[in-house]
Amino acid sequence: MSTKVFVAGVGVISSIGNKVAENLHALEHSKPGMGEMSLLQSVHKTLPVAEVKRSNAELVAATGLPAHTTRTALLSSIAAREAFDDAAIPGFDRLRTGFISANTVGGMDKSEDFFVTFHANAATGRLRDVVNHECGSATEIVADQLGIRNYISTISTACSSSANAIFFGARLIKYGQLDVVIAGGADALAKFTLNGFNSLMILDQEFCKPFDENRKGLNLGEGAGYVVLVSEKVAATLNKPVYCSLSGYCNANDAYHQTASSPDGTGSFLAMKGALEQSGLTAADISYINLHGTGTQNNDIAEGAAIKQLFAPHYPKMSSTKSFTGHTLGGCGGIEAVFSVLSIKHGITYPNLRFHTQMKELPFAPETSFSKNVPVQHVLSNSFGFGGNCSSLIFSTL
Amino acid sequence: MKKYILSTGNISPQQTFGQPFTQAEIITYTGNRMAAAEPDYSKLIDVKLIRRMSRIIKLGVAAAMECLQKANINAPDAIITGTAYGCLQDTEVFLTRLVENKEELLAPTAFIQSTHNTVGAQIALMLKCHAYNNTFVHRGFSFESALLDGCLLLEEQKANTVLIGGIDEITDTSHAILTRLGLYRRGAKGGEGAAFFLLANQPSGSDYARLDGMETLYKPKTVRDVEAAIQSFLAANGIGMHDVDLVITGQNGDAKGDAIYKQLSAVVWNNTPATGFKHLCGEYPTATAFALWLAAEILKEGKAPPAVGQVTVDKPVKRILICNHFQNIHHSFFLLTAC
Repeated sequence: MSTKVFVAGVGVISSIGNKVAENLHALEHSKPGMGEMSLLQSVHKTLPVAEVKRSNAELVAATGLPAHTTRTALLSSIAAREAFDDAAIPGFDRLRTGFISANTVGGMDKSEDFFVTFHANAATGRLRDVVNHECGSATEIVADQLGIRNYISTISTACSSSANAIFFGARLIKYGQLDVVIAGGADALAKFTLNGFNSLMILDQEFCKPFDENRKGLNLGEGAGYVVLVSEKVAATLNKPVYCSLSGYCNANDAYHQTASSPDGTGSFLAMKGALEQSGLTAADISYINLHGTGTQNNDIAEGAAIKQLFAPHYPKMSSTKSFTGHTLGGCGGIEAVFSVLSIKHGITYPNLRFHTQMKELPFAPETSFSKNVPVQHVLSNSFGFGGNCSSLIFSTL
Repeated sequence: MKKYILSTGNISPQQTFGQPFTQAEIITYTGNRMAAAEPDYSKLIDVKLIRRMSRIIKLGVAAAMECLQKANINAPDAIITGTAYGCLQDTEVFLTRLVENKEELLAPTAFIQSTHNTVGAQIALMLKCHAYNNTFVHRGFSFESALLDGCLLLEEQKANTVLIGGIDEITDTSHAILTRLGLYRRGAKGGEGAAFFLLANQPSGSDYARLDGMETLYKPKTVRDVEAAIQSFLAANGIGMHDVDLVITGQNGDAKGDAIYKQLSAVVWNNTPATGFKHLCGEYPTATAFALWLAAEILKEGKAPPAVGQVTVDKPVKRILICNHFQNIHHSFFLLTAC
């Protein structure tokens, strides 16, 4: 049993950088990752996407994985390895270790190509392009690389997937089942998801404007983010200080609609409220909220309404870093957890890019600039998804 | 972590739904595909909703509803599902239109319902249940992960009752691909189904069985590793093999995969009766949900129903060990005791 769970390492790859330092640099200098589609092959060329600026061949070279590895597994490998190396846990091999990852469409980036050929003739299509279709496949590729065997699992709850992976990992440590868990998630851009969100008419033709009165939708992105969670016992053996603790978490369901959020954000409210209760904090203790903030009409009003209900009349700083990375689906809970951890570690908060007009329904507005040397005690990170799956995490200073 | 199985709901290739399984006759399948025997859904789900649901959603939601109705509970404290393949039919429909229409003029319905958490989400939606909701998608550990999550919630006192299910479907496409990948080359048959369980911390007086423990083992190097894992699993539960009345194994007709059970049987359970379960439900990554259901049925009755086939146990079955592996990658063990 461990009463507290600490973050001992972080790793991230996204459209704004291939590692933590590059992501931080882009966040500080307001450099978003969206742009013209260059790697994804789709007819919707005019839609901005937030691509990781590395081809599969480059990712293969960087990871040492086989050439046909799915892009989701490649991204996962890069970020998980960075987090693993960052934590540098002494005697890792002797500890009970787990890898809990998340994604939304598994190896779809390869299987959608397989399907074109297969659809024409069911006896054709290269099997190596579909063999890693299952969501759990990417997790195993990376767990095997890192030598993690005691516990591996994969969660898929749409856009809240990797927040739930981090949450589950922390509980396994608290229960005494594991000593160390690398948890987070990954997703690569795919025609399947691009067309899915396009068919829902929630993609912005321009760069997204989360929490802006004139927001028009989200931009899809790709990437991976992982944190290394450790027990108190392992934390005491580290050769450097831990980043922070994971003090609160909660998962609730909106139970309103398969894709739309309820107007008052019931699920979001319950997730944030539950996370506060779990951490023993009150709303006034939160220094910064890393918003789910996709930029869709529906999400931002629901999330905003829930924040209003929980935080009024005093609002903490808040921003959606999806204005940098786009919406990375199964990766966003992990990527934003890393940004939340860095916010505490460095005393920084991030801008919400392209915010101009406050939403008329809300009495607050997100941050518009990067702030340094600010006291950040507790960060709330929101991840809400299709199926009403809402999860909130709280990271706290020691 | 001892947990009580309050009720179950199971739609499978056998007559496991809406009627007692004790007298059911086995349905045998020729060929390498065993399809779930779908019930009349209209008794459990609003007809308007049924029309919009794909097959796996109907299978999952109906099994979950029966499980809840049997326990007379309509607001579980958690809904947790495990599915390796997710909503294949909707995925395939959307992919097909994407290819045929060259990414133009696509309707969103199939995409919306293709996400792996759709079954869990639909259950929450029907029950208006705001409680904890999670979906695990880890191949042959999908159901095991869901079960662990649910047991942890009970252990943490965050829940009194948790609804847990394992669901996977076969589609024509997935069957063709899995066949090409060689899964049924050596005698195994593809299967599918949805089995749900309502678990609680405290006995209710009318429980199916008590789940004493569950353990997973990933990619063991040798059968000896599996053997050691089973022995330490039993030891952790304070018992030995002689305390087990029946072993349910995941033998599936695949000569290579079944050789593992043969070796284990020679060493670990050489004096204990054993039976399989995949002759009833086929092979699929969440088949252990069916095995858990079967074990609960046997423990409630004290003996194996005739449909299981020849298995001689000379005393009432009070304790069952389930040993399963999927592709020799995902091994899992469950221990159950009669209440």
